[in-house]
Amino acid sequence: MSQDNVRRRIVGRGIALPGNDINTDRIMPARYLKSVTFEGLEAHLFEDDRRQAADHPFNQTYYRGASILVVGQNFGSGSSREHAPEGLRRWGIRGIVGESFAEIFFGNCVAIGLPCLTLNAADGGWLMEAVARYPEQEILLDVENRLVRFVGRTFPGMIPDGARHQLLTGTWNATGVLLEAGDAIELVAKRLPYVTGY
Amino acid sequence: MAETLLDKIWRAHTVRTLPSGQTQLFFGLHLIHEVTSPQAFQMLREAGLRVRFPERTFATIDHIVPTASQARPFGDVLAEEMTVHLVRNCKEFGIPLFDLDSGRQGIVHVIGPELGLTQPGMTIACGDSHTSTHGALGALAFGIGTSQVRDILATQCLALDKPKLRQISIEGTLHRGVYAKDVILAIIHRLGVKGGVGYAYEYAGSAIEAMSMEERLTICNMSIEGGARVGYVNPDATTCAYLKGRSFTPQGDAFDRAVTWWMSMATDPGAAFDDVVRMDAGDIEPMVTWGINPGQSVGVGERIPDPVAAPEPDRAAWSEALTFMSLQPGRPIVGTPINVAFIGSCTNARLSDLRAAAEVARGRKVAKGIRALVVPGSQAVAGAAEAEGLHEIFQEAGFEWRKAGCSLCLGMNEDKLTGREVCASSSNRNFKGRQGSPTGRTLLMSPAMVAAAAIAGKVTDVRKLLG
Ligand code: SF4
Repeated sequence: MSQDNVRRRIVGRGIALPGNDINTDRIMPARYLKSVTFEGLEAHLFEDDRRQAADHPFNQTYYRGASILVVGQNFGSGSSREHAPEGLRRWGIRGIVGESFAEIFFGNCVAIGLPCLTLNAADGGWLMEAVARYPEQEILLDVENRLVRFVGRTFPGMIPDGARHQLLTGTWNATGVLLEAGDAIELVAKRLPYVTGY
Repeated sequence: MAETLLDKIWRAHTVRTLPSGQTQLFFGLHLIHEVTSPQAFQMLREAGLRVRFPERTFATIDHIVPTASQARPFGDVLAEEMTVHLVRNCKEFGIPLFDLDSGRQGIVHVIGPELGLTQPGMTIACGDSHTSTHGALGALAFGIGTSQVRDILATQCLALDKPKLRQISIEGTLHRGVYAKDVILAIIHRLGVKGGVGYAYEYAGSAIEAMSMEERLTICNMSIEGGARVGYVNPDATTCAYLKGRSFTPQGDAFDRAVTWWMSMATDPGAAFDDVVRMDAGDIEPMVTWGINPGQSVGVGERIPDPVAAPEPDRAAWSEALTFMSLQPGRPIVGTPINVAFIGSCTNARLSDLRAAAEVARGRKVAKGIRALVVPGSQAVAGAAEAEGLHEIFQEAGFEWRKAGCSLCLGMNEDKLTGREVCASSSNRNFKGRQGSPTGRTLLMSPAMVAAAAIAGKVTDVRKLLG
């Protein structure tokens, strides 16, 4: 895999998006899924939330150019639409740090090379406030050492071993690795009663 | 050693342990639809790859289908374009498609079981979070994103971590007027919308065992609303009887051999779980959501909760939800006015759901000013319902009888809420904006409760109408 795909450390300014259970319908409203490509999704990120709240973080000019999204609990719940992480990535987000992530969303992020690290509630709460206060400061998201650093403070950031390995080795596009199994795939298929007609 | 269904299916489908420590798991059935697949086919083309097992993927079209008329070309050019792409992709890669003229089209999670494609002991994936539905037949069914759709097309495998397992045991008997939908809403209320993250849910206990396959499908469908990507019920006599004679079910001797294998995949007595939760079926009331996630619900006899009484971490979320919903804490949920009634979706648009709603609608009239829709989950459901005259019961009561599709479950087709409309809905998500209006409001409940709300023009205890 190319070095370009390795996600060891991400550094960039943060954007603080408070709230729990922010689902993928809110990240990317369904009407923008009416397309056969992911192009242009970034323009519709949080569109309905942003229209209903002028103070939405994604409406603030001081957050422009931010690349690390800070979220609360259960971020990305609901629909499996990859349009949500694709929209974030196309907007410029390169890593996400939060208290917890919904499972399908987390997997979709890894699959497009977008690391998600989790913090405990106390650290997550502190980071949310600190990033809102110092939006000009950079966050370090260290996948390799499982750390998150901001304005001189360092927190343990959790990420499952499998996802971390995929990001560190640049193998988050899993197709290549899965293909390496070769005929072993067909061998498993041939052992399954429902494949062979019982 | 006693094993669970999760252990057995996982082992049978393991290709190898990957360098990442994850499992390379083979998938026996892959279902696709028009929304999450076109980009995956494009990625496949760009990588110069073919579909590894085209006979193990099946396609249908559901999310963007208009339900007033399914005639092509669709009036909505974007919907038409997506359909054209799906048809073209299926043709190019040799994938069977249950198209609009097949008589077999419908919501992907309705047609899989209905056609007998979904079988016990299988691994199943679909680019849709409600894939958990298929677990009702004793399969492990995972909702996936588009990159993983690509992985399955190219390799029939995914790289996955094995989930932990929580058994949710529901003992006892449900009261009349309490349905599978109420059970799963009660489970999510108890365990929370993120309680299942990292877990698969095994639904068990006498109340689940007594359920029909369609009721089990409703339960498993909403596993993901409780955070669990996978939910299942162990295969039993109900499962085998349901599958017998379906289009893709084995016939004759093969069926008997299949039954033996299916039953062998069930969790063994004495198997260990990472967690066990017990609930009493008799405690469950008809449920109604008052908020903006499926865990924010009350029994129909209860009052809308006050955020002051919320556990500290939930207080802000409850306030936000009540503000969005414009609901008053302390008021009974009964009597909450509605504008729209929707009976449909992969949660509750099967024949038994329509029968339960028709039982309430029969001989009654939808309240003045209420827009009421019944949208069957598949063309086959529509046909079966029409054969027994359910459509006439609905139409006489003032419901619109539509064609199969996702419809008002999400804002991707012509069926949408407008403005601040309140919808009594048999679907699965009450998220802000979910039903197509950014400010529209959703109250989730069972199909019978939706029918009751349509007739009263407000949230009503269906038990009063059942006699
Ligand atoms: S009915 Fe709703 S939840 Fe089910 S597949 Fe369609 S859009 Fe998704």
